[in-house]
Amino acid sequence: MELEAAKQIGAGLATLGMIGAGIGVGNIFGNFLSGALRNPSAAASQIGNLFVGAALAEALGILAFVLGILLKFG
Amino acid sequence: MAANDPIHQFQIEKLVDFGTVNLPVFGRSELAFTNSHLAMTIAFVIVVGFLSLVTARMQVVPGRMQAVGETLFGMIDNLAESIIGHDGKKYFPFVFTIFMFILAMNVIGLLLTFTVTSQLAVTATFGLMTILLVLIVGFAKNGLGFFKLFVPSGVPWVLLPVIVVIEFVSFLLRPVTLALRLFGNMLGGHVALKVFAGFIVTLVGLGLGGGLGVFGFPGAALSLGMVIALTALECLVAFLQAFVFAVLTCIYLNDVVNLGHGH
Repeated sequence: MELEAAKQIGAGLATLGMIGAGIGVGNIFGNFLSGALRNPSAAASQIGNLFVGAALAEALGILAFVLGILLKFG
Repeated sequence: MAANDPIHQFQIEKLVDFGTVNLPVFGRSELAFTNSHLAMTIAFVIVVGFLSLVTARMQVVPGRMQAVGETLFGMIDNLAESIIGHDGKKYFPFVFTIFMFILAMNVIGLLLTFTVTSQLAVTATFGLMTILLVLIVGFAKNGLGFFKLFVPSGVPWVLLPVIVVIEFVSFLLRPVTLALRLFGNMLGGHVALKVFAGFIVTLVGLGLGGGLGVFGFPGAALSLGMVIALTALECLVAFLQAFVFAVLTCIYLNDVVNLGHGH
């Protein structure tokens, strides 16, 4: 049973990696907003870059999440 | 608790069983028409049907349906053109196909049937297809010059060995992150939806039990609101992930198409 308990704890700990992704995605959107408020006319052209950046940052958090799922159900 | 298990929805079930066959490389394999196949087929029919419908009676001034189709088409067309440049037109069919297919699978997974893109095998296939195309185009266009991809210009030669290793590993990780991003987003979103939906049932059951359990009712209402909000968010994510997949495909293709001379 200890192995099972360790797996559950490990799965919980693995999801902590998403903290970093949260900080990263928040940073990207926050900086985009402050940039967009300074120069609203240029904001529309950067929406694509915004989402690609957010997706790249998010992917690392998703890796942690997948690891957690693998530990729990794998 | 099978009905309340958030992972249960990703179970693959056989709809029509064709028994097992012996394949030369893979050994004994089960053949069946599963709910995953069904959802993919529906997505395929929707994409082909939708695009045939919007182009059936084309007019110079587009009607509502034609405008939707033209917007989707134009968006990916602009994307390929702006990222890959002049050669973008050549790769547009691949990017548009993969975008429409993933979008259709995400949306019908959310609203109608089984979510195909929550299966790692499916997203990994898309990732592999993309990276194989990148490799083929890269070698066909540049020959052995393809390896210049790992040697960025303007790097001091002392740092070069380190940079080359990092670039190489990051290139190998591209299909992995491409597959995992789509898989993780769809899996995570649907699990969260199911967890909150499960709260509603549990809390209402608690409330009907009487006593202090009546505090379950506001909790259930809160969960219901959360489910509605999450569904709206998931609609955005379903579109966004298909879009991000298309953008990244374009970026990776651009790396090899315009190798060494930007644009």
